[in-house]
Amino acid sequence: MDPENQDRIKSLVDEHGADDLVVVLGAADLEALEVAAETVTLGDPAYVGPLAGVQLGLPVVHILEEDVRQQVDPSIYDEQVGLLEMTLDVDQIKRAAATFPGRDGA
Amino acid sequence: MKLDGKKVIALGERDGVPGPAIAECVRSAGAEPVFVETECFV
Repeated sequence: MDPENQDRIKSLVDEHGADDLVVVLGAADLEALEVAAETVTLGDPAYVGPLAGVQLGLPVVHILEEDVRQQVDPSIYDEQVGLLEMTLDVDQIKRAAATFPGRDGA
Repeated sequence: MKLDGKKVIALGERDGVPGPAIAECVRSAGAEPVFVETECFV
């Protein structure tokens, strides 16, 4: 993950505390998902950014997960995600999300 | 994970779901987007 984004996320945790924050990912690339989820939970796996060695332990979900979808206004979900959903491998993304650090299924 | 009342870091991807689309969705779920970004991994 971009070091600048890591810095912003670190600042947000300092400002708001980790308890009220949730990271919602939208990536379709499985490697990108894995890296992003690991960065905001266990620390930057590449050890180059401000989150290297910093275990934020933030909860991470993906916007395509059923549990997330059910909380979103259906018309807004359709408008914002509906078309994209048809072009992405949703099942593969859901399987990857189930293994995010901190999940029971990991 | 309940989103209502949470502050959300929306990390989208150019080839997946972009940050602003995630932000719109979570706002409707009662969450407040505090950081919205669309990354590009190409």
